[in-house]
Amino acid sequence: MIEWRDEGVLLAVRKHGEAAVIVEVFTEHHGKHAGVVRGGAGRKQAPMLQPGGQFEVVWKARLEEHMGAFTVEPLRSRAAQVMADPLALAGLTSVVGLLSFALPEREVHGALYSASINLLDLICVTEAWPLAYLHWEMQLLEDLGFGLDLSCCAVSGATEDLAYVSPKSGRAVAAHHAGRWKTQLLPLVPCMIGQSVADNGEIAAGLRTTGHFLEKWLAPSLGDRALPSARKRLVERLFRAGRLDQRPSGEANHE
Amino acid sequence: MSNSSKDLDHLIELMAKLPGLGPRSARRAVLHMVKKRALLMTPLADVLAEVAVTVRECLNCGNIGTADTCDICQNPKRENGEICVIEEVSDLWAMERSHMFKGRYHVLGGTLSALDAIGPDELRIPRLLRRVRDENVTEVILALNATIDGQTTAHYIADQLGDVRVSTLAQGVPIGGELDYLDDGTITAALRARKTL
Repeated sequence: MIEWRDEGVLLAVRKHGEAAVIVEVFTEHHGKHAGVVRGGAGRKQAPMLQPGGQFEVVWKARLEEHMGAFTVEPLRSRAAQVMADPLALAGLTSVVGLLSFALPEREVHGALYSASINLLDLICVTEAWPLAYLHWEMQLLEDLGFGLDLSCCAVSGATEDLAYVSPKSGRAVAAHHAGRWKTQLLPLVPCMIGQSVADNGEIAAGLRTTGHFLEKWLAPSLGDRALPSARKRLVERLFRAGRLDQRPSGEANHE
Repeated sequence: MSNSSKDLDHLIELMAKLPGLGPRSARRAVLHMVKKRALLMTPLADVLAEVAVTVRECLNCGNIGTADTCDICQNPKRENGEICVIEEVSDLWAMERSHMFKGRYHVLGGTLSALDAIGPDELRIPRLLRRVRDENVTEVILALNATIDGQTTAHYIADQLGDVRVSTLAQGVPIGGELDYLDDGTITAALRARKTL
């Protein structure tokens, strides 16, 4: 019998028969892992098995390649803290939706795990989390092999005046080298490289850029599935909440 | 299985697919029906055959009944100004057991789910919006489950409804509940919804 113990964030719950559920947990040392929780659909366990919650999990299986079974002990519930706030709820569902969508099974992503925990905690306690969310999407791309190279201009190698990102290479382009391609390039806003305090317009532009690479790079590598609709709902809600000044153009309809 | 007849085996197999029943309890149920053939089995078979033909979803609210419009939608004693939105028919039955709500219902047929790619059009949300507009509704009560998906759906519907008064069910300590046995999420919700005595 194989057994390990870890801590993780619950990403998804699906019913399995009458009493059990299959859960997907993003763990610190074992990556995204699925397993059956017996009795998970029952009155006692179902309320605590909400996406975004943090659990201590024990996974057991006879063979490594089996799905195995989890026993879960709740460490921190986040659902109750965000349910009344539609924006925070949208943020949490977008984070867990993207993780569930993008992470490969059983592959460790320690840095992304820490960043995800920090972001989820931030969503629960403060309204100033959209910038952290933007940086988290950049780290998600980075961890999955689609990182943006924003250190210097792809054309000249300059490190100053960086204003655009090439939609094809994901590399930065300086403003004076953009030339006639300016309209086809994606915006590189200073907050993406930690050069300024973000305002609403900047975060909007940043989400346009990360959205492009999530959709055009990441999704096709996963069998061309559509991005989770939760991300689109989050972006829309951010605009409606008046957090962002402009709607990022080029956001595809993922519903 | 080693019963005396293929038909009986088939009946047990079908019964075992019902929620709450396994092969063993299905065998017991079938044996019970055989013993009470006139009293139970024949009437049950008749009603099953009849309902299988007549059962349908209410065209208005999504409840199930044996006519195009369900009993609740047809009932003139029901108040017209309030619509209670629930996820499934089982939730409607739970609400009706309380005898508290005297308005109309709207069964969504599920919740928005990014994971399962269920969007507004897969649910009865467009129909709800039409009803609110056409039936002079003054309040929409969102009685959706206190889950991430349930509340995501509730916020989405609230955004779509515009000027109509929208309310949700309270969340907190259940009647007869002991604090020691509650999860921290429920206690958080209960504290946030505390009221002055």
